[in-house]
Amino acid sequence: MTDEPAFDFIRDSLDHCVKCTICETACPVANATPLFPGPKYVGPQAERFRTPGSSDDGSLDYCSGCGICSQACPQGVHVAEINSRARATMKQQRRMPLRDHLLSRPSVEGRLATPVAPLANFVLSNRIFRVLAERTLGIHRSAPLPTFAGRTFQRWARRHRPAAAEREVVYFHGCSANYFQPELAEMTVAVLEHNGFRVLVPPQDCCGLPLQSNGIFDTARSYVRRLVGNLAPYARAGNQIVATSTSCGLMLKREAREILGIEDDDLRVVSEQTYDICEFLADLDAAGQLRTDFRAVPMTVTYHAPCQQQGHGIGKPALDLLALIPELKVIELDRACCGIAGTYGIKREKYDIAMKVGQGLFDDITSSAADLSVCDSETCRWQITHATGRPSVHPVEVLHRAYGL
Amino acid sequence: MTSAAISSASAAGQPAPAGRADGRIDCDVLVIGGGSTGAGVARDAAMRGFSTVLVERADMATGTTGRFHGLLHSGGRYVVKDPKAAQECIGENIILRRIADDCIEDTGGLFVTTPIDDPGYADRFIQGCKATGIEVQEIGVAEALRREPRLNPRISRALVVPDATVDAWKMVWSCVRSATQYGATVLPYHEVISVIRDGSRVAGAVVRGPGGELRIRAEVVINAAGAWAGKIAAMAGCEVKVRPGKGIMVATNHRLVNTVVNRCEMPADGDILVPIRTVSVIGTTDTLVDDPDDWPISRQEIDEMLTAGENLVPGFRESRTLRVWGGVRPLFQDEGPAETRDVTRAHAVLDHRARDGVEAFLTITGGKFCTYRLMAQDAVDAACGVLGTSRPCRTADEPLPDSGEQKFYRIGSRLAGRERTLHDEQLICECELVRRGALEEAIARRGAASLDDIRRALRLGMGPCQGGFCTYRATGILHQATNLSAAEANRALLEFLQERWKGLHPLLHGDQLRQAWLDDWIFQGVLDVEHLPLAEQERARV
Repeated sequence: MTDEPAFDFIRDSLDHCVKCTICETACPVANATPLFPGPKYVGPQAERFRTPGSSDDGSLDYCSGCGICSQACPQGVHVAEINSRARATMKQQRRMPLRDHLLSRPSVEGRLATPVAPLANFVLSNRIFRVLAERTLGIHRSAPLPTFAGRTFQRWARRHRPAAAEREVVYFHGCSANYFQPELAEMTVAVLEHNGFRVLVPPQDCCGLPLQSNGIFDTARSYVRRLVGNLAPYARAGNQIVATSTSCGLMLKREAREILGIEDDDLRVVSEQTYDICEFLADLDAAGQLRTDFRAVPMTVTYHAPCQQQGHGIGKPALDLLALIPELKVIELDRACCGIAGTYGIKREKYDIAMKVGQGLFDDITSSAADLSVCDSETCRWQITHATGRPSVHPVEVLHRAYGL
Repeated sequence: MTSAAISSASAAGQPAPAGRADGRIDCDVLVIGGGSTGAGVARDAAMRGFSTVLVERADMATGTTGRFHGLLHSGGRYVVKDPKAAQECIGENIILRRIADDCIEDTGGLFVTTPIDDPGYADRFIQGCKATGIEVQEIGVAEALRREPRLNPRISRALVVPDATVDAWKMVWSCVRSATQYGATVLPYHEVISVIRDGSRVAGAVVRGPGGELRIRAEVVINAAGAWAGKIAAMAGCEVKVRPGKGIMVATNHRLVNTVVNRCEMPADGDILVPIRTVSVIGTTDTLVDDPDDWPISRQEIDEMLTAGENLVPGFRESRTLRVWGGVRPLFQDEGPAETRDVTRAHAVLDHRARDGVEAFLTITGGKFCTYRLMAQDAVDAACGVLGTSRPCRTADEPLPDSGEQKFYRIGSRLAGRERTLHDEQLICECELVRRGALEEAIARRGAASLDDIRRALRLGMGPCQGGFCTYRATGILHQATNLSAAEANRALLEFLQERWKGLHPLLHGDQLRQAWLDDWIFQGVLDVEHLPLAEQERARV
């Protein structure tokens, strides 16, 4: 408990709750399953019955951690953050499944599987193995799992020789872009370089977010501390840090402090300098510094702002960027959540809930005439593609194409 | 704020005593007063085989007992100033942990030297604890802050004692249940209107209840009316000087500490922060008042409590406060007036034969909640003397109903219990997690028309919204489950809202003010409660 701030502003925010129930009406999970009693119940209400180290409400585990309750609350209650902390206590009190440990360490899996990617991918897509994994580990047989690229972005970045540039920016790529989708990271570098930046890629490991959302706080803290330790010298030197993984960016901006309770200078300075990539590029555009030499992209795409992106509180800058591309038609989808919520929808007991949460979004996508589905978060893209059969890409991939890079 | 009696609810559910139909009851022991002491006396007397009747003018535990902070003293508070009281406290603390574990949360207690305290007091405190047999252990400041992270980091010493918290309503009702199991008759909402004299002897009392007047004849009458004991004694022609000592308390919206925190200093105002159920209570003050039924709470007193809270837990003032209330201690004085804190907190049994030449009449007064059992024991011992018999007390050994397994109450138990009914039972009071079934059971058990009586059994409406979301639900269920008319149900709703409002309005600010506005919109805007149909005489009352 040494990491807990002395005056607990997250718990104290429950004082603002007037029981209006707006969070419950907004909660995508409570609307999909009666197993979850809802954010008001498990948040400001149940918290009054909790003492440090006590865990009495297993139903809390059905919270997906999407954070929509905190966004919806008109009184400023940190509902999702209260729930995340309580869930961590619960995980400490109860025996945690091996699965949750496995799903929480993407960088460990990445390092192990990358050299043997074809084998790993075969296993992960093999029906028999998946049935086995469902029975033994509780990973749902149909859940969307990523494929290993067989190479890493870090390795590419070390060899990459950028052209001379006047400005520098630090790129926090996250595990997904490193192990599963290095081409996204490479496109990001290309887009930034096209705009006159030299892209610095410090050594980096997992931010600890999957550990945190699975309630393994101590390990999550050590991961995020190591990461901000690597990034802090750049931030102190005045460099801005951009992230293409919107949820991992949010971890640095807010969650490491608000959920993990970390209060230190490295985190503070990194938080201040971290930007979601679309936020960063839209700011550049607002300052008249974004190159707009976009080619026409005569396509129709849907755009879904994932809950974690909405947690940034920056609006939907991807829409502003996509609007710059000639002949691109963008359909904004007004749905809250795709259901996956990181690793939530992968779990056997939660897969159906997650699919139900996302059903409205999936229906919107399949009934649209869009060629592509655009979304800022990797796990959401996997879920969308899994549920709709349509390809799903990061906004930067569309920009990259429009720049003709 | 007054604690006026409301003779609104019936006392249905009690077994009808012999002879009650003709308005008469004969018994060995009549106990006047339904606080912790009276309930303890009734249980003790019934367990010793006396036919016992208890009368209380309102509901049980609505006087002083139901209006304190919930601290089960270790005795630490009194070790320097009043060692006799301290010894009584620790003795009873140990007994109650054994016989009433279901009513007690084993929070432990801390005495901390804050920046405004005499640093030398801690050593006297330790000596006092040792002299009075209270287990005490000094821990480092860092350890104290680890246990209670919100504590003032500028404390210089921290001492651990076996304080605990206790649900007074549960304790009293457990005593009542036990007493009735032993054949006692307990009559809430029966107010004494006169004491029956038989020459120099007190022979019982006439009480007025929902069913009219009752004449209760008894071999011995025990006046356990606490702060009201002087009034009862006067009816018997005796003088008992009980000075009501008012103490106020403020409850926060959630627990700021999980251990009882005391200032390590001579007892003073606002020096205890008690984690009781879902809230923390800062208390208390001590001011002499003339009438135990009529006294105000001033803004200045509230402000003093908030300042006191700030000294123990920085940021206390910014915390949401739910309500303020007060209770009156029965401070027994044999001679002239004194500062209330200088009056001993030990108790006294007065045999009015020796004092006033009035026989078969005893007054048990002074004392504190946590010594109620010992007070009862002493009172019934004295009653045995009056009755010329000797029967041993067994209350220290026989556990109360639902207790005796050393399973202390846990704050999370209601949350854990709710998990089992999550999918098939409605939640009526969301703040305090009161299930529909629990409410229906309580209504059936009490047969009460008063939601406030139900509140004390279940904590209905005692959370952040202070009845904003549960009052209308509970009223509907009450109406459905009882034979109340619509007008009576409406009155129950309005009375409950009024009762909640009494404790809310003196300190409304910040988050609680926002809540009050929302509640007001619900009841005035949506439900238009001011124009609910009431019987004409009902309207005059509300």
